[in-house]
Amino acid sequence: MTAPAVTAPRSGVFDELAVLHDLKHYLPAQAPLKDFVHHNSLHAFQQRPFYEALRTASGILGYSTSLTLEEFRRRYAQGEINPDILMRLIREQAGDQVEHWTELVLQAQLDPFPPARIGQLRALWKKDRQLDLDSRVHPGLFRILCSYLDQGIAIWNFPHAELGFLNALRALEQNSLTSLFRGERARQWLQQEDLSIPRLLAELVADERLYARYLFDQQFAHPGWSGIVAVIEQQPDTLIDQRRISLHDLILFELLLELDALDEHFPHGWLPLSAPEALYEDLLAEVPETPLHQVLALWQEAFEWSFYDPVLTALQHQNPEQNALTEKSFQGLFCIDDRIGSFRQHLEQLDAQCETFGTPGFFGVEFYFQPEHSKSFTKVCPGPITPKYLIKEQGSLNKLQSEPHLHKQSHQLLGGLLITQTLGFWSAVKLGFNLFKPSLTPATASSFRHMDHLAQLTIENRAQGDREQGLQIGFTLNEMTLRAEGLLKSIGLIRDFAPLVYIVGHGASSLNNPYYAAYDCGACCGRPGSVNARVISYILNHPEVRKQLAEKGIEIPDSTRFIGALHDTTRDEVVFYDETGLSQAQQAQHARTAAIFQEALDLNAKERARRFELTNSLQPPKQVHDAVKRRSVSLFEPRPELNHATNALCIVGRRALTRKVFLDRRAFLNSYDYRIDPNGDLLTNILRPAAPVTGGINLEYFFSRVDNQKLGAGSKLPHNVMGLIGVANGNDGDLRTGLPSQMIEIHNPIRMMIIVEHFPEVIEAAIQRHEPTHEWFRNSWINLVSIHPETHALFRLHQGHFVPYEPLTTQIDKASNLERLFETRTEDLPVYTLN
Amino acid sequence: MNAFLQLFIFLPLVGFFASLLVKRQNEARIAQIAIITFVGHALAFYLFWLYWAAVGFPKLELKSFALFQGQGYEFYLDFFFDRVTAAYVFVGSFLTFMVAVYSRYYMHRESGYKRFFSTILFFYAGYNIVVFSGNLETMFIGWEMLGITSFLLIAFYRDRYLPVKNAVKVFSIYRIGDVGLLLAIWMNHNLFHQNVTFQMLHDNAYVQEHLQSGTALGIFISLMILVAAAGKSAQLPFSSWLPRAMEGPTPSSAIFYGSLSVHMGVFLLLRTFPFWEDQVSVRLIIAALGITTCLVATIIARSQAAIKAQIAYASIAQIGLIFVEVAAGWHTLALVHFAGNAFLRTYQLLVSPSVVSYLIREQFYNFVPRSQHLGQSWPKKLESTLYMLSLKEFNLDSWMYRCLWNPIKMLGHKLDFLSFWRVLIPSIPVYAAGLYVAYHKGSVPAAVAHLLALVFAFVALLFVLRSFAERRRTRMAWLMTLMTHFWIALAVSLNAEFSFNETYLYLSGVAIAGLIGFWCLKRMRRLEGNIDLDQFHGQVQDHPQTAFVFLLCCLGVTGFPISPTFIGEDLMFAHIGGDQVLLAFLVSLSFIVVGLSIIRIYARVFLGPRVQAASRCS
Repeated sequence: MTAPAVTAPRSGVFDELAVLHDLKHYLPAQAPLKDFVHHNSLHAFQQRPFYEALRTASGILGYSTSLTLEEFRRRYAQGEINPDILMRLIREQAGDQVEHWTELVLQAQLDPFPPARIGQLRALWKKDRQLDLDSRVHPGLFRILCSYLDQGIAIWNFPHAELGFLNALRALEQNSLTSLFRGERARQWLQQEDLSIPRLLAELVADERLYARYLFDQQFAHPGWSGIVAVIEQQPDTLIDQRRISLHDLILFELLLELDALDEHFPHGWLPLSAPEALYEDLLAEVPETPLHQVLALWQEAFEWSFYDPVLTALQHQNPEQNALTEKSFQGLFCIDDRIGSFRQHLEQLDAQCETFGTPGFFGVEFYFQPEHSKSFTKVCPGPITPKYLIKEQGSLNKLQSEPHLHKQSHQLLGGLLITQTLGFWSAVKLGFNLFKPSLTPATASSFRHMDHLAQLTIENRAQGDREQGLQIGFTLNEMTLRAEGLLKSIGLIRDFAPLVYIVGHGASSLNNPYYAAYDCGACCGRPGSVNARVISYILNHPEVRKQLAEKGIEIPDSTRFIGALHDTTRDEVVFYDETGLSQAQQAQHARTAAIFQEALDLNAKERARRFELTNSLQPPKQVHDAVKRRSVSLFEPRPELNHATNALCIVGRRALTRKVFLDRRAFLNSYDYRIDPNGDLLTNILRPAAPVTGGINLEYFFSRVDNQKLGAGSKLPHNVMGLIGVANGNDGDLRTGLPSQMIEIHNPIRMMIIVEHFPEVIEAAIQRHEPTHEWFRNSWINLVSIHPETHALFRLHQGHFVPYEPLTTQIDKASNLERLFETRTEDLPVYTLN
Repeated sequence: MNAFLQLFIFLPLVGFFASLLVKRQNEARIAQIAIITFVGHALAFYLFWLYWAAVGFPKLELKSFALFQGQGYEFYLDFFFDRVTAAYVFVGSFLTFMVAVYSRYYMHRESGYKRFFSTILFFYAGYNIVVFSGNLETMFIGWEMLGITSFLLIAFYRDRYLPVKNAVKVFSIYRIGDVGLLLAIWMNHNLFHQNVTFQMLHDNAYVQEHLQSGTALGIFISLMILVAAAGKSAQLPFSSWLPRAMEGPTPSSAIFYGSLSVHMGVFLLLRTFPFWEDQVSVRLIIAALGITTCLVATIIARSQAAIKAQIAYASIAQIGLIFVEVAAGWHTLALVHFAGNAFLRTYQLLVSPSVVSYLIREQFYNFVPRSQHLGQSWPKKLESTLYMLSLKEFNLDSWMYRCLWNPIKMLGHKLDFLSFWRVLIPSIPVYAAGLYVAYHKGSVPAAVAHLLALVFAFVALLFVLRSFAERRRTRMAWLMTLMTHFWIALAVSLNAEFSFNETYLYLSGVAIAGLIGFWCLKRMRRLEGNIDLDQFHGQVQDHPQTAFVFLLCCLGVTGFPISPTFIGEDLMFAHIGGDQVLLAFLVSLSFIVVGLSIIRIYARVFLGPRVQAASRCS
């Protein structure tokens, strides 16, 4: 998926390996639901500049890749797009044809895009032969795929699944008195070991030069299933109950099904598909640019900069040196997640002496976590990292609770007979309770269940041979120090430690939500960050570690204590870990802080509730908070929280830069002090994960919003869970990729802008050190801006280089009463400064 | 207290019409109307029930007003109440209320919010008409309402291909059931020579007396009832529609296919039990069907890897058992079983999205590779065969295609050579001649008239087959279905002594709805150009009003109880003698295909993805 596509022109001869490689590259790369991680939906086009990629993806694959022209113009008329910014962009683009371009952008009727290339060849089956091949082949194919890949919904397992997909089918056919096929030919061909894709294509398609295009058409008729097969082929361990399947096998089988359907429909024989000259064009050839493309790109820029511009003005006017704290009551380390920013600000508003930091929520400790009694372990660090460590939970009192209504007994004959007459009536009662008095049930996905807060963790490595399944159990002393140092330096916390330092991971709770993994911490691979918070706190409290840190110039006073915690972003609740070892003075301080946390959580819930139309946000914070908690356990609530909707910014710099700026939960905040990183080495390390993580989240929201049918999952209300790996509409539909409409409806498709507080030349050098990171910025998948730490001048990255940027906004309003805003406004709020 | 029975039908209808008046955006008001209706209905019913209990659970009957009165034939609404009705209303009112409360939040911001609640209210009116009905005619009204609301909710996401396709599929199967019911009504007329009520069926002596004179007729009626019941309750061979109906929002799937709608077949059997109680063969057939369905559905449920399909088949299996219980006469058990199954499946469907996090978590702790399949002791051959059958749902779905729709389509395509004018021109003199004979009954011998009736009924069938297979000319297809009705009317007029008023009643609905519908199609053709039947056009997105008017026309033409054609269809059957099985067969087959053809036109023109939208602009 990461390698660039092979798009070199071919000699007209079918190259099976190359086509399979291309297909895997272009198909959606969404993992099974339990491993859902946000990624750029157009990852296949990432080696191209942003707008070129939008054009190519839409021209080839038929995606809508931006808002429509009408929608841009409507937003402009409603004042959502700043006319000055639009005019400035038109002038930059148009040279001396400003009037012409203004007319094009604002009024002209522009020619629509020609139809996308994908699907045109295979559509000929219907057009020329009156045969709807998809409706003959798809239902059966999906059913077989779903049954083969099923992770535990069906009661009967796929027979001989361990043989691999094709061989399991062969065995099934051989042993069965009935057949998957309707005709004899396909049935016999399946058994031929040397059956190949070209052999089958020769039956179906008249000209070898059309083969590649035919396969693209075929697989993109069901990108969801093909995509998941490609993902599973590459990472078989994403399934707990593993399966051997490959895109090659899928295509082979699908071609056989097509052959079979044709044999049945035309019992007297049929001719392979031939096509008019126009369809011989390379599917992946360049898509020519039209005026509509250019106009849409201009609108997109104007739309984005209308939002960025005031933000930059607000940041420019902050004075980090003046905003610095002298006395500190407590400190807190939080995830950079956009959902956490508002909570940090409420803490700071309640306690002016506290200091907060943002850093990726795995807190620099990468490992696998194995809960007690579990059969396997789970990764809790960013996806690209492969940890060498295992941390186990011990002494857990958590018991796995069960929910009989989700069990399969009721789907069997006698079990069903008993259960309908007993549990059946009980379900009426349960339904009543859940509708009128929702509460936590075993069916809820709750972040607090990730780890028992009383259990022990094997954080320290006891002996060299202490390993399990190829992983080292716990960290050695040196390894602990290395991680502690890395974390503290990256956020610039190397002196002035407060007596209590909280390290707060985050997770989420939801019910009836197949996308639950997308709600937890992205930096922990879609798991809650509780274990990581505990582990890093343990390390930082470790006397030997502190000794080693002191040798490296980081002196943590003995009176300072680190406390791990978990923040549930859906329920706005926090639990603290390992509070027992506190001194009396620390206990008193901790009690005070805990009360501040509680109050901040209430306020945070109220801020979030302004977006929930059905929650009355006029009530006092506590009551609103209760309502917010209720929705997290309500069966009927498709929006337990709004997750990353509206995300648009990532700010890498000192907190003092943003502490007094109200950003409406739209910014990822990564703490970073340029003063201890003159060469930008730490910055490279920050941007390396920040670009793919924030960019991936942002672009998945972006594309799910602009094309909710093809790149998003549509409304989640009719979704049907398939084999525990994905969702589909109804029973015969393709797997849906991307985000459902309920997650993106309030999101405005604006690209991520990363703002770094450092000298432009240092930033430029820092991003060039790592090519994949550089690609994100060079191709403008993420916008990058530098705030000069000394002059506060702004520079934006333009075609790979920083150029000065002068914001047009001059005045930023001061928010006098935030709580009032939360009660009255539901739309995106402008940037404000705070007292 | 009998008069109160009507109240329970009246209330949801009032709610339905009230909901139509609210603006689409006013979610709170729409949900409020629905919830007040359901709560009001439930409360009124509980009071009524208490009073009913106090007077000792009598069977109540109310002969309401007559919709039509002719010589020797009366079509009247009749209501009936006993413990079966009571149980169905209890379960129905509870679940509808729950689902309304659930959907108030769940459907928030969905563009079809109003459509959803209006349809649920209309469904509930239909549900009450069925369970309170006192004769088959009244029940048929509710039965049709359930069918059309099902169609509308399956096609709730009407801009997508699969929901629309599956909605049409389910509608066609319902249509078979409808005609089963219609034929049962027809035979009842011939058996009892009057419009018989369920109350009368409880008079065992009366039933026996008539059955003795027509044993075969009795069995035939029972079998037609069974066809209707099996269709609605997804028993064999119709089972495969149930999982495919799960295309709408989860709560609508829950209430329709998890609980209420799917148990209506059971209700029909319970209601008509006194009629076939003493026909041992019928009871055996019903029990056998139940058992077979139960076994097959259980096997199919085992390999389903989609959660809603698994719940659907598990539910079908339980309903099979309920069929057995009804046939055995264990009605209390059947009612308890029905309630339990309805509650359980509703809940399971509503929590079905939770299955991912729950089972994955459980697996994380308890995973053991599943090595066993069906059990070690089963022979390999049997194991693979069963698994394969289960995976392919015993070919039930393709069987429906192969045995029912494809032949109809193929016959239609054989008639492709008949262009519109080529049909119309010879039709006119033939029809005129037919009319002459009909008006002058003495002009030909009775035997010839009967033969002519058959010929005309056959022509009617040809017309509608041709219409069903038409790919391009939408308006022509529409007109040909209308003409089908005219040919049927002519055939029946020839057949028996009856007043032409009845024919006019029948045709007036067709004519008016047909003309307005034709105008709608003409308008669409003018505005949008291509509206052929080869693809979906999704015009409802741009022309919602026209779509709605056209839908009403379709209902009018297919004999839905909003036009006089509804009574007319019933009347037509009333005039077919008990010995004219072939004529009855032709007419009923035509009615089935008319329904299919009309709904196909509606779906193709107004539903599905908006084709031009894709190429129109970015």
